[in-house]
Amino acid sequence: MGDNKLFKLIVRVFIGFGVILSLFPFYWMFVMASKPNSEIYKTPPSLTLGNELFKNIHTVFTQTTFFHSVLNTLFIAITSTCLILFFDSLAGFAFGKLKFKGKAFLFTFLMGTMMIPGQLNIIPSFYLMDKIGWVGSYKALIIPGMANAFGIFWIRSYCTDAIPDSLLESAKLDGSSIFRTYRSIALPIMKPALAFLALYSFMGSWNDYMWPLIILNDEKKYTLMLALTQLKGLFTTNYPLVITGALLATLPLLLIFVLFSKQLIAGITDGAVKE
Amino acid sequence: MELQQPAATNKEKRHFDLDKVAPYIAVAPFYILFLIFGLFPVVFSAYLAVSKWDGLGQIQYLGMDNFSRLITDMDFWLSLKNTLIIWAIGTIPMLFMALVLAFCLNLKFIKHKEFLKSVLFLPNITSVVAISILFGLIFSNFNGLANGLLGVFGLKPIKWLTEPGWVRVVIASVNIWQYTGYNMIIYLTGIIRIPGDLYEAARMDGASNPQIFWNVTIPQLKPIILFTVMMSTIGGLQIFSEAQVLVPTGATPQGGAMTIVYYLYQTAFTQHQFGYGSAIAWGLVVVIMFFSLLNWFITTKRVKGA
Repeated sequence: MGDNKLFKLIVRVFIGFGVILSLFPFYWMFVMASKPNSEIYKTPPSLTLGNELFKNIHTVFTQTTFFHSVLNTLFIAITSTCLILFFDSLAGFAFGKLKFKGKAFLFTFLMGTMMIPGQLNIIPSFYLMDKIGWVGSYKALIIPGMANAFGIFWIRSYCTDAIPDSLLESAKLDGSSIFRTYRSIALPIMKPALAFLALYSFMGSWNDYMWPLIILNDEKKYTLMLALTQLKGLFTTNYPLVITGALLATLPLLLIFVLFSKQLIAGITDGAVKE
Repeated sequence: MELQQPAATNKEKRHFDLDKVAPYIAVAPFYILFLIFGLFPVVFSAYLAVSKWDGLGQIQYLGMDNFSRLITDMDFWLSLKNTLIIWAIGTIPMLFMALVLAFCLNLKFIKHKEFLKSVLFLPNITSVVAISILFGLIFSNFNGLANGLLGVFGLKPIKWLTEPGWVRVVIASVNIWQYTGYNMIIYLTGIIRIPGDLYEAARMDGASNPQIFWNVTIPQLKPIILFTVMMSTIGGLQIFSEAQVLVPTGATPQGGAMTIVYYLYQTAFTQHQFGYGSAIAWGLVVVIMFFSLLNWFITTKRVKGA
């Protein structure tokens, strides 16, 4: 082989460097979140963990409305994920497996809507929400996105390959209606695609920032991301508490990743290659 | 028997009818939602862009005033400049590092590939708000880790978040950290598809690994590289959360952290100039279209030349 030792060493060092850069900010979150405020400002900075993590978590949960915002975010993320799964799987199944007039046109149109830059929508959407009284309401965060082009496109590509036509034919011969076929035959086959879409939607909703920032005006209704930036304003001189909040907002995502990293990575690569 | 027959066909017919509209019922929700929350706002934003509206009172028609104001608005151009600088110092190193990492990870002697892939991808799943807060404290003007480390080497602390040059670097670094692994994963799928005999042939000719990287991997990956450049450009031009979380108050176009979308947000939702804000949004669309076309021209030209 043409790979000499020096080259192998350089490659390993480079990858190692990448791994350290990837992981260090997570470690640093734990370091900062586990220390009392007085120990943060040392020079040279101390790189070891402290032992006040649970005390800091306790403070954040009891002295602020942070925990409440976790519940708010869970509610929004779970509701919108369920709605997205339902509407996208139904439409994706129709586009992938059913024959109907105008399908090609409708699908091209759907793909075209993905090209519209999202920022164009923000001001007039706010106007619309204001007019229909949805400013300050979770409806504005959940309803507009509950059937989205990306998810439909995603489910469609999966259905086209994964559901054999013969299966649908025989269901039809047995007198099963399209909706029953969708529920009892298509949905179970779609499960892997739905799993990715669920993770993707949940994480998107969990991390969403600009739209909730514009729509929500009552602190009681704040999502986690808004509560986080608020924490920064609340504890301007207490970094450990701010980072404890950031850590708490990140931990569920880390847990999801540990459990489902394979599905997530496979889903993202498939999505990119198909596009 | 004779009676059952018509009944059965009748039933079949009714089934047939429901099944005929079923596909339309299945896809309808998307189009209804798009009409209300997608198409209407886009059309309406064209109207707002030629109007004056403070968010409360009547909408007043202005004509082209917002656009002539936009063209001469130095703050808009400075925001565009900030956005482009942040994009350039973020995206170019990010995509290059992602490419090299993908190439290295695919080499035969590297073990635990799946594990390394996951670890390098991990930053992508985090929330941009949490990470911007973390980076804001690491690069704090006074006593963050970055200045602490500079102090160890006897260097003077840097005002990371208030010096225009440095705050752009901090914003870009949030982006680099979050998206290098993501792009690496995309490149890896492409690299795996490159036919093995191309590598074999290059090795037979005595090419070294760096030569293979430049002369085989990069040309073969061209379509995927262009895809990532396109996506990063569109994403980079719309950067907002990183900048807004890092510099939540007192951001100015001169200060470096004000991106176009941040300027749009401030104009509309802080200063309540929704009409002018819409004109900025259209300005942004023109900029995005310009760079997409530029991308497209460069690629078609290169493909023809090749």
